[in-house]
Amino acid sequence: MPDTAMPILDVNGLKTVFRTRGGDVHAVNSVDFHLCPGELLGVVGESGSGKSVTMMSLLRLLPSPPAEMRDGTVMFDGQDLLTVSPEELRLVRGSKIGFIFQDPMTSLNPVYTIGFQLTEPLRAHLGMSKTQARARAVELLELVGIPDAQRRLKDYPHQFSGGMRQRVMIAIAIACNPQVLIADEPTTALDVTIQAQIIELMKELRRKLGMAIIWITHDLGVIAGIADRVMVMYAGEVVEEGPVREIFRDPRHPYTQALLKTVPAVRGARAEKLQVIEGQPPIMWEAPAACSFRNRCQFAFDRCGRENPALTPVTAEGHRAACFLLENTSTKEPEAVDG
Amino acid sequence: MAEAAGPLVKVRDLKMYFPIHAGLLRSHVGDIKAVDGISFDIAQGETLGLVGESGCGKSTVGRSILRLYDVTGGTVEINGFEIAHVDRDSLRLKRPMMQMIFQDPQASLNPRMTVANIIGEPLDEHMKLTADARLARIYELMDWVGLNRAFAKRYPHEFSGGQRQRIGIARALALNPKFIVCDEPIAALDVSIQAQVVNLLEELQERLDLTYLFISHDLSMVRHIADRVAVMYLGRIVEIAERETLFAEPLHPYTQALLSAVPEPDPESERHRKPIVLQGDVPSPANPPQGCNFSTRCPKVMDVCRQIEPGVFDFGDGRQVACHLYSDGMTTTAEPTAGKIKNQ
Repeated sequence: MPDTAMPILDVNGLKTVFRTRGGDVHAVNSVDFHLCPGELLGVVGESGSGKSVTMMSLLRLLPSPPAEMRDGTVMFDGQDLLTVSPEELRLVRGSKIGFIFQDPMTSLNPVYTIGFQLTEPLRAHLGMSKTQARARAVELLELVGIPDAQRRLKDYPHQFSGGMRQRVMIAIAIACNPQVLIADEPTTALDVTIQAQIIELMKELRRKLGMAIIWITHDLGVIAGIADRVMVMYAGEVVEEGPVREIFRDPRHPYTQALLKTVPAVRGARAEKLQVIEGQPPIMWEAPAACSFRNRCQFAFDRCGRENPALTPVTAEGHRAACFLLENTSTKEPEAVDG
Repeated sequence: MAEAAGPLVKVRDLKMYFPIHAGLLRSHVGDIKAVDGISFDIAQGETLGLVGESGCGKSTVGRSILRLYDVTGGTVEINGFEIAHVDRDSLRLKRPMMQMIFQDPQASLNPRMTVANIIGEPLDEHMKLTADARLARIYELMDWVGLNRAFAKRYPHEFSGGQRQRIGIARALALNPKFIVCDEPIAALDVSIQAQVVNLLEELQERLDLTYLFISHDLSMVRHIADRVAVMYLGRIVEIAERETLFAEPLHPYTQALLSAVPEPDPESERHRKPIVLQGDVPSPANPPQGCNFSTRCPKVMDVCRQIEPGVFDFGDGRQVACHLYSDGMTTTAEPTAGKIKNQ
């Protein structure tokens, strides 16, 4: 491993399958990744790429059936989260690993006050008394920038605006000082000016609390500004990962390259025609035996249909990509895309 | 073409208020001023981008222009016909020339109708075609939007999001419209599919000489597709300008904040970008602030902003800004200017 620090979270060969009436859907296929203390890992992919399912699988949050974790290990704090007992898992969920969901409206309970929902984890996980928990709840709301915190504890979720609700969600997620925070599209449901507020808040919290963050998004712009490392997912597999600068400056997987070009710029030069990735992502009825991107890839050749490329190192900085083009860069140079 | 070179769409002082009823007798206690006096023109063949955050009234503008709502005030003229205040029968005759593409292709297609019937429904309503001619037209439309003819008998749930949006586009094109309101047509789609749909809309515009009002909150996509851009905040247009002028040098403090808030997929420039982070939330349109609507969040707010609503200042070249910062040496204008007629 190139990183000097020991990873706080180490995922190996994770496989998640959904058993449906139409057959098994292979949502997560042998995903490996690690997260170092204090690091921000961005996870990018389109809907159905398995980015959320991967993170939900870590904490066994998916209902089973239909979900089934077929394989893999998730090492956290010296134990494998996939095999620990439900009681031990409860200690991890919410207190050592916090989770922020995309839609703050549906992930807060509408019939309980914010105060109740905020003090619940404090009392359950940290064993605080009612008064202690309330004092800490006020502190947390102030930390996430909600004015008049004392009074707002009595309010219900619907009395908050979208941005304020997401702040409440963040307050709940960080309530027990987690070592890892998983944020699943935390700004997708928000307007850009509110998104900017939330991103600033998350940056500030990270500075103050020093937790490691996994930030799932489909917005490449958001990732560019906050992540240390980026992992790109396609059809349930990691196709590329590496330091944020390398991924954006020198993407090596054709999917990453194409994805970066489909997004028009707000600043700088404007392209006359948008680059398109033809077709659509596959539904994974079978575990991938070949490259899942081959049908949409402009560089695909015979071998892509026969074997599934493994992640191969590109640079010493931990930049890896899963593409056969990288093996014989002399004959097929991926630079050809820049034309 | 019969009409002269004037703008195809002329909107003047459009107002759309939704009444609030309260109490036992449901008495009228106030109004949600979703659209509060906006004016703009769209030239033939032009795309006007309408941007703003949720709740600013941009979708209501699109719907009011097509008279999907009965507007509270103002006039709308499309292709020389007054739309806002005509009776239902004459309105119905004008419907074919103005169409709409909706945000959510899942919700805007009837799940019990086949693709052929969805696309053919406007033909049934407005034209008397023989069965053969009808089917020929449906196939032609499917070809235009890149749908395989073999799928004509399938139902919407059998298609992906991008394909469903193509069905919606084909339906909108069925009656040879001149003007199409695209209400967040790509918001529900994945990044790689968005580009496909936007390119399709551009191709169709060129081929059929269409005029678009492109409503979106995605500023980078609007910069790509629109010729001119209008920025809305709380029911009013705060700035309208040519695309490049607006993105290169936004003048209204809200436009500045909005543009600066958009993150860009470039880690180097992102490290140095200092977004203008607006404080607080958008006020309720039921109870807008006194003076300028943006005064409660504006980083450059002055005393006058909290008392007097700013006029619209004209900078020439079709650029207009509603802000007190520019009141010195400027003259207010009532007449909005359209973009140049495109000759392509």
